[in-house]
Amino acid sequence: MDSGASATRSYDHIVRAENISLSYGKVQALAGIDLAIGHNEIVGLIGDNGAGKSTLIKVLTGVLRPTSGRLFIRDRLVDWASYSVREAHRLRFETVYQEKSLGEKQPLWRNIFVGRQITNRFGFIKVAEERRIANDILKRQLGFRGVGIDANSTISKLSGGERQGIAIGRAMHFDSDLIILDEPTVALAISEVRKVLDFVRSIKTSGRACIYIEHNLAHVHELADRLVVLDRGRIVADIRSGEMSLEQLTTFLIDLQHSGHAVGPAQ
Amino acid sequence: MSAHPSHEAPGRSATGFLPAIARIEGLPIILVFVVLVVFFMSAAPQVFLGWPIYLSFLTTVPPMVILAIGLTLVVAAGEIDLSFPSVMAFSGFLFAWCETTLGHPWLGVLAALAGGALIGVVNGVLVAIVGVPSIIVTIGTQFFWAGAASILSGGQSAALQELSGGSVDKTFASDLFGFLPMQSLWAAAIAIFIWFILNRHRFGEHILFIGDSRTVARVAGVNVVRETVKLFTLMGVLGGFASVLLTIENLNYFSTQGQGYLLPALAGVFIGGTSVFGGAATIVGTFFGTFIIGMLEAGVVATGIAGFWVQAIEGVVFVSAVTLHLLVENPAKLRAIGGLVGLRRGS
Repeated sequence: MDSGASATRSYDHIVRAENISLSYGKVQALAGIDLAIGHNEIVGLIGDNGAGKSTLIKVLTGVLRPTSGRLFIRDRLVDWASYSVREAHRLRFETVYQEKSLGEKQPLWRNIFVGRQITNRFGFIKVAEERRIANDILKRQLGFRGVGIDANSTISKLSGGERQGIAIGRAMHFDSDLIILDEPTVALAISEVRKVLDFVRSIKTSGRACIYIEHNLAHVHELADRLVVLDRGRIVADIRSGEMSLEQLTTFLIDLQHSGHAVGPAQ
Repeated sequence: MSAHPSHEAPGRSATGFLPAIARIEGLPIILVFVVLVVFFMSAAPQVFLGWPIYLSFLTTVPPMVILAIGLTLVVAAGEIDLSFPSVMAFSGFLFAWCETTLGHPWLGVLAALAGGALIGVVNGVLVAIVGVPSIIVTIGTQFFWAGAASILSGGQSAALQELSGGSVDKTFASDLFGFLPMQSLWAAAIAIFIWFILNRHRFGEHILFIGDSRTVARVAGVNVVRETVKLFTLMGVLGGFASVLLTIENLNYFSTQGQGYLLPALAGVFIGGTSVFGGAATIVGTFFGTFIIGMLEAGVVATGIAGFWVQAIEGVVFVSAVTLHLLVENPAKLRAIGGLVGLRRGS
């Protein structure tokens, strides 16, 4: 998978949002969002509950249609009328939702291929092939060896970190150029968190882009090339890695909460 | 939800740990089926040691098997369809009408299937697009189409003796080689076909994921609305087909036919081990579960117990089978119950 990852890309930004707004009735969930993600950039998206992080992600991945604004994928304008989850998949965007990415009662191999099954022309699944590839992903990409997991394991029997690993492995298998992680470490044990952070690093080294929503500032600060802070549907800060220490960032966010209305730092 | 202790590691894989035999689909219910047959053989040898009773089951149970197989898919998707008894009435009416008025039974078969499909599409659209819970929708459509069948038929039954010996009768209700009822072959073929759809086809996988979690399915790129409409349509078509088999076997149509199938067909699905919560289903289990239900009445009566014991025994079998499945699937629960008993003994 790693081969060709550093191949030259014909675009600057994997995704660019321009002045995107979305309101539910009188509630403005997103207000004039401008955001561009480079082709091999890990962008941390932080903000309080209800700041609009998930809504923004859903707009980028075709789950929700915004009230106004434009979206460019690989520098090309997206037509909202034909943009959908399926289309986002086709454009090699993959979202790993916290707790909502995998079917609990289904075996691992089905979870890797659902929605993108390998079938014959009558739509019947080539089970042996899917199982073989699933086992391959487990061993080669994720390094799951000797932990009692194989393609037939049911998701409900996996640990939280393993689940995130499966979802990230699936994204890399389908050669996604943008992988979106929605709080992948929430409710995980510390050893599990380390695994997930390693998976996130492998996204970067394989030449892909990643949007990483996270509550835990330490995790996201450690990994991200850039931190984007959302507050009440607006981007209030865009911080490059190294511009702020973890302590400064924490203070900034606490001030933000207290100030009621946000005043971002000079960018 | 996510923080499972990692010491469960051995045995997490579905292969390798359990002996191969325990992984046979529907094994618990096949065992229950065998035990019941052996019990009836010993309790009523004069009936259950001869062929006729089994051949009779192969005539009477198939419509119920076909309904239960369709329901298995619906339940797997986390939905329910209670409207199929009315599909049997409405589709049966269309079939009988084509025969008595147009003299064209094959057109009747098509009309019955199309009528079932229509009812299914209406159910599916109301559930998937409008968003009304399926239990509510199908209670409503159950009344509506039963009413429609009564109005159209004027509440009259229709005698269809002239079908006897014709090509439709030969195809759906004759005995192959003089003994094997065609209904049973159709039911077996449909069961096998639907097994492949559920376990090996993209559509079946989508159904399982929708039943597991609609959100996960949607995020994975499954078109939940389209697949749900397709699912209810398939259920309607299967109901129409069950109706054709029943009407031809009886050589008679009456507007309340199908009413007796609601609970037995549902019981067959759940006795078979399909999860009431959706996301997991077994066609093999449903097949045997339905035969258990279909066999119980004749069996209980043949053993010489009075007829009014039948429903009570059906109830006991139903609850025990569903409990058994729960405990087989979730041994932790078994231990919890064991612990509870131990606690009581201790105190």
